[in-house]
Amino acid sequence: MTNYLKLIVLGLIAFLALIAANYARDLAYLVNAITIALAAGAAFLWVLRTTDEPVDRVDLSGEYMDGVIRAGAVATALWGVVGFLVGTFIAFQLAFPWLNFEFLQGIGNFGRLRPLHTSAVIFAFGGNALICTSFYVVQRTSAARLWGGNLAWFVFWGYQLFIVLAAAGYLFGATQSREYAEPEWYVDLWLTVVWLSYLAVFLGTIVKRREPHIYVANWFYLAFIITVAMLHVVNNMAVPVSVFGSKSVSLFSGVQDAMTQWWYGHNAVGFFLTAGFLGMMYYFVPKQAERPVYSYKLSIIHFWALIFIYIWAGPHHLHYTALPDWATTLGMVFSIVLWMPSWGGMINGLMTLSGAWDKLRTDPIIRMMVISIGFYGMSTFEGPMMSIRAVNSLSHYTDWTIGHVHSGALGWNGMITFGALYFMVPRLWNRSGLYSLRLVSWHFWLATIGIILYAASMWVSGIMEGLMWREVDANGFLVNSFADTVAAKFPMNVVRGLGGVLFLSGALVMCYNLYMTIRRSPAVEATNSVVAAE
Amino acid sequence: MAKPPKKTQEDPSTTGHQWDGIQEFDNPMPRWWLWTFYVTIVWAIGYSIAYPAWPGIKSATTGLLGWSTRANVEADIARVNATNDAINTRLASADLGSIATDPELSGYATSAGSAVFKTWCAQCHGSGAAGAVGYPNLLDNDWLWGGDIESIHTTIAHGIRNEDDPDARYSEMPAFGDILERDEIDQVVNYVMSLSETPQDATQVAAGETVFMDNCAVCHMEDGTGDREQGAPNLTDAIWLYGGDYDTLKATVEYSRFGVMPPWTERLTAAQIAAVASYVHQLGGGE
Repeated sequence: MTNYLKLIVLGLIAFLALIAANYARDLAYLVNAITIALAAGAAFLWVLRTTDEPVDRVDLSGEYMDGVIRAGAVATALWGVVGFLVGTFIAFQLAFPWLNFEFLQGIGNFGRLRPLHTSAVIFAFGGNALICTSFYVVQRTSAARLWGGNLAWFVFWGYQLFIVLAAAGYLFGATQSREYAEPEWYVDLWLTVVWLSYLAVFLGTIVKRREPHIYVANWFYLAFIITVAMLHVVNNMAVPVSVFGSKSVSLFSGVQDAMTQWWYGHNAVGFFLTAGFLGMMYYFVPKQAERPVYSYKLSIIHFWALIFIYIWAGPHHLHYTALPDWATTLGMVFSIVLWMPSWGGMINGLMTLSGAWDKLRTDPIIRMMVISIGFYGMSTFEGPMMSIRAVNSLSHYTDWTIGHVHSGALGWNGMITFGALYFMVPRLWNRSGLYSLRLVSWHFWLATIGIILYAASMWVSGIMEGLMWREVDANGFLVNSFADTVAAKFPMNVVRGLGGVLFLSGALVMCYNLYMTIRRSPAVEATNSVVAAE
Repeated sequence: MAKPPKKTQEDPSTTGHQWDGIQEFDNPMPRWWLWTFYVTIVWAIGYSIAYPAWPGIKSATTGLLGWSTRANVEADIARVNATNDAINTRLASADLGSIATDPELSGYATSAGSAVFKTWCAQCHGSGAAGAVGYPNLLDNDWLWGGDIESIHTTIAHGIRNEDDPDARYSEMPAFGDILERDEIDQVVNYVMSLSETPQDATQVAAGETVFMDNCAVCHMEDGTGDREQGAPNLTDAIWLYGGDYDTLKATVEYSRFGVMPPWTERLTAAQIAAVASYVHQLGGGE
């Protein structure tokens, strides 16, 4: 019966999407409408084929739901490669502008590809990593199967549809021009539905847990899911110009619009890339090190301090703008106070390894996690430092910011995700171990050297750029034109691209290693039955 | 089921919880961490008292130091203006021809003009003033409207072929695609090429000369050296604004060109215009 209802709804969606495609006012909307129609059509056929088939009612409640996590792990690795590839390409577009090929104008020039890169790495790679690891972690630390049955699958496929819609939108010219919130109104609405379903699955699993306490990783995951929902809804409040067009107009204007955007943008970093990934760290580091977490007290204090303070730090993105001074002061002092709460996670991660330091020599996955935590500590020191107005007046709008973001994104988010994938994949596919630890070592060194080339070149480039911009002669006149600073950055831009090539190569090595693990490693008995700790 | 993690002898006690084999030590928070956290909080309170920080209903606290980004930048601008006020007045009223011979004035005009150029002119003429296709090179001695400082000054002040300034320099080459036959265009293009370089088809040159004398010489002069009064380029010096190859010249003759430069009197001060004129004049090609 429910299948008939599903068929009606899916058919209706496909039909409405085709009507929307017919009346589409712009190319991005047209492509998105056709994509939705195809997705609804495919889902319709899938439901149709399973309708009225006899089903074996097997009780799966004693088993973790791992299929959706396997799909998530594959999606994470693939989207990661896509995101890194686009990033490397646009890095070379900056160094060699002729790579903005004439035939790619309006689709593949830097301006169109840049949001594709940022969204692919943050939301497609990072988002899939967060969703699949959170499903993995919450089941195992709650000793309960995911709540909501196939709702988890809806979250997975719904999220992939969001990624495809957003990506196509960027290439064909639909954007809200809000950093990290570029998707237009209907994509935002769809993500809201998917995200609330995600919250329901995660929270439902925690509610039916069979452990007395909620593990610290789950606090971080939950904070991430709830806050991102709030940020997403508030920052994307907009009125569509037409139901048949992608363009919408923001509800806020002027500096209030900018403040809303950077409240969102900063906390996308804070809750998506910090809190969520700390959840990942809090499970996979003690598991891989086989050591207890260093300090429960530290985890509880730094968790509450982090989520309370992070949310106020957004105005430091708007120093020396139309934003009133009082707001930027508050953004700056909250950023400085945030330093120690951020470092709490680093201390807890690194100190968990005390007593297991010898594993650094033998276990490249631990090494990956340690370097990840190291980059986390470095970025969370650099961030508060850059929020200081005097530093910001030099660093703002320069490549220094880009270097800062990438030491966090490649170093912290990338490396901890790679570590988590190396941990999960053999267990998810019931393999005795990874195909090759040597390849993990290769991945580690390629990625680490890549990040160092990237971050170092961007520091040099950013500080040089900042100094050139502010250079004045004895009479108080500016010495350099903007184009002079662009020309001076050429060598650093090339080094940055090479760093990207190394990082991308590492990710490809990982994909090969994981693929061979699934194909070749000897199988072992499944270990996904639900067992609560005694 | 994962086995309980290894514990060494000196390990502190755990909290007694366990999730999927993960336990937690009951370690205290590191002292240095806690104290640094406290210090940043105390510093934050002090800083937010010293600087504008806490919002009220109608306004925010202004801070004990009375610090303000707006006041700071206004003070900076006022300081530079006060320093340069006297020399700016002199520059604005100076006889343009005399700037170069006054070391103090020319030194100031060059650095001020360089800053103006890099802000307003570099977008088209390049930050090194070497120009681009359609935008003249200002380093050489080939000038469309004159290369003495007075002419340069007039060009900058009023612009070229714009509709905003009645004193803008103005001229318009006809689109000869509607006037001449196709073979006549072919002939005249070959003739123009022969003035400075090798024509594509030498047999057309002689016929092209007739076409040129009948149609082009009135502006570009019989010898092809152009006329600065009309902004008609010199066609004999192998310096081309749009290109001297056959196809580009043919397009220029057929469709004409209409390069525009905005007037700067409304956007720049008299001293700034004098400075940038002086800067361009001293780049190498000034007359």
